[in-house]
Amino acid sequence: MSDVELSLSVNGEAWSGAVPARLLLVHLLRDEVGLTGTNVGCDTSNCGACTVLMNGQSVKSCTVLAVQADGSALTTIEGVAADGADLHPVQAAFRDKHALQCGYCTPGMVMSSLDLLRRCPQPTERQVRTGLEGNTCRCTGYETIVEAVLSAAKTMTSPTQGMDRT
Amino acid sequence: MIPPSFDYIRCHTVDEALAALARHGGDAKILAGGHSLVPVLKMRLNDPAVLVDLGGVSELVGVEDRGAELYVGAMTTYQDAIASALVQAYCPVLAQAAETVGDPQVRHRGTIGGGLAHADPAGDLGAVAVALRCDMVIAGPAGERRVSADDFFVDYFETEVEEDELLVGLVVPKPQALAGAWYEKFNRAAHMWSIVGVCAAVERAEGRVVSARVALTNMASTPVRATATERALVGLDASNVSAATELADRGTNPTSDANAQADYRRHLARVLTHRAVVKAMQGPLESTAGEPW
Repeated sequence: MSDVELSLSVNGEAWSGAVPARLLLVHLLRDEVGLTGTNVGCDTSNCGACTVLMNGQSVKSCTVLAVQADGSALTTIEGVAADGADLHPVQAAFRDKHALQCGYCTPGMVMSSLDLLRRCPQPTERQVRTGLEGNTCRCTGYETIVEAVLSAAKTMTSPTQGMDRT
Repeated sequence: MIPPSFDYIRCHTVDEALAALARHGGDAKILAGGHSLVPVLKMRLNDPAVLVDLGGVSELVGVEDRGAELYVGAMTTYQDAIASALVQAYCPVLAQAAETVGDPQVRHRGTIGGGLAHADPAGDLGAVAVALRCDMVIAGPAGERRVSADDFFVDYFETEVEEDELLVGLVVPKPQALAGAWYEKFNRAAHMWSIVGVCAAVERAEGRVVSARVALTNMASTPVRATATERALVGLDASNVSAATELADRGTNPTSDANAQADYRRHLARVLTHRAVVKAMQGPLESTAGEPW
């Protein structure tokens, strides 16, 4: 079972190395690249805590083999804020609206929200709820999460803020 | 959960994949999007020696207009099928059913061909393929062959695809002008598998049913047609289909599991068939292209 050569980018930085074929993408990110913001939740592709962007699309990194990400551009929670900024507008909205309780689901919620706002910059409440159907908050803090995404959408589409989206 | 160890072959063409299958046969598993196979590996339900990855086989991706038919490449993701203008124009029910699969993250990675070849009885697109009279295109050492969706599914997780073969595409006949279709699904939570699903495709003339195809998800070990309902629908108008849809569970063999008892599944099949037939008879599904979901 020889290792497989892999090269990809994470948050704009190139990464390459040889990994076991069975290595999951989430373990590559946490254990090899050293970015531990992406959480393992259910480990069964249900909860969405491990969501990252792969070539701009949200994926559950516990259900992708690292070798399947060869050549792709990955974005994790560590890479969403613009250079020089502490927080992305979606992160800021989660803070402002108290959209986290224990916080374990938050990185995945933010990554899914980015994907949602990419496809649908001004979603309705229903579209937010549908768009986040792949992410579970075990604290059941959904009301403020939905508020945060709607608030971020407003900020991100206002003319003064431009369209700064990952 | 960590998958068992395996050797990994990354393919760029169908020929490379077939060569790998010829070498490894029953020891190999085909990796498409991985959203059925990776969970299977993590739960150690299978222990293949080799994974043959189709992720780099670009010839298997995309939807083509082939005159009277659409051709959907096996590695087309659910999301790409949903967003396809051709799918929206000619078989919007495929997009409508695909939107019920999993959640956005799953639809970004999961593929049409992977789901069909995995043949989970709770998978949604098998019933759609059967109701729409689709064919599956299977590539093997002797070239390609076409198998009707009716014949493709053999048993739980078993299809007509042999160990040295590969599902490469789905052929969808373009519907008649007066045909409508709808997929109705019941599950417990947004991203869960179907407890029961129903795809109804109905052709009408002067408001009455000329022919109907009704296929059920998770009412047997494979997608099954509700043939008694199909026959009874002929000649009816939309105001009066209950007598036909009440027959929807005839000839089915649903299981009992943690989600539902068999008799409850039979009830769901009748109720969902009624809804699906009524929706299908409202006419060709209006395109929702341009809406995010």
